[in-house]
Amino acid sequence: MSRPHVHLSRRYHFSASHRLHADALSPERNREVFGKCNNPFGHGHNYVVQVTFAGPIDPATGMVLDLAALDSFAQTNLLAPFDHANLNTLPAFLDTVPTTENLCREVWRIFTEFPHATLRLVHIEETGNNAFDYAGEAVPTTGN
Amino acid sequence: MLLLTRKADFSAAHFYWNPAWSEAENLRVFGRCANRQGHGHNYTLEVTVAGEVDPVTGFVVDLKQLKDILESEVVSVFDHRHLNHEVPEFMPTAAAPLVPTTENLAIAIWRRLEGKVPHARLHRVRVYEMPDLFADCFGEGVA
Repeated sequence: MSRPHVHLSRRYHFSASHRLHADALSPERNREVFGKCNNPFGHGHNYVVQVTFAGPIDPATGMVLDLAALDSFAQTNLLAPFDHANLNTLPAFLDTVPTTENLCREVWRIFTEFPHATLRLVHIEETGNNAFDYAGEAVPTTGN
Repeated sequence: MLLLTRKADFSAAHFYWNPAWSEAENLRVFGRCANRQGHGHNYTLEVTVAGEVDPVTGFVVDLKQLKDILESEVVSVFDHRHLNHEVPEFMPTAAAPLVPTTENLAIAIWRRLEGKVPHARLHRVRVYEMPDLFADCFGEGVA
């Protein structure tokens, strides 16, 4: 039988605060570039992180990956550090502006460590009106 | 080329079970999904077709026709059914029964729809088991 080309996607939700501020820029320039996202005490979002994996379907289970293993991985590596956190205080963002673009790169780095399937796409919704897609070195498709 | 997506909903029951395994192994791998009384979901199906816009009608495909195909090929077969007991691909009587996972539903639905949509090519079959879990099938070939 031929091998169907199947992706599995899972969505995770976390809430976090952040402030967009680049130390390399003057205070005036920061306000100009980042606008209200530069307000000194930060603000927050309900983020949706959608990760898409490809891989052969195990004929015994009918699955691309073990969802319980992925959920457990996400709990440890994404939700525990990110949910109800201030992104600027996390190691990945001490020297990097926590835009959703940079968050995509960090989430990509995290989930490429998941050992049981190949990560294909990270799609992050910062709000209902903002979404970002990242596929590492590959050209991303849109996650919707 | 233009992509067009039509959605349809169905509700069905299923459970996960590999008859080649012991009960203990099924419970270990599939957890609560191995409860043989079954459980259910409200599934959402999104079918995306690719084609050129007809200069006269302005359509890639006639949406009513696509809706009717989804109804006859998928919804009428899957809706309010127990997948393991009533849908051929997943029944023990199949030559190679599929475990009714979201991945295998996407594949089974792809196979049911392939070649059925006139004037367009099937591009993607997406099946949502719930809003936070879905599988995409892009056809047969390289995985």
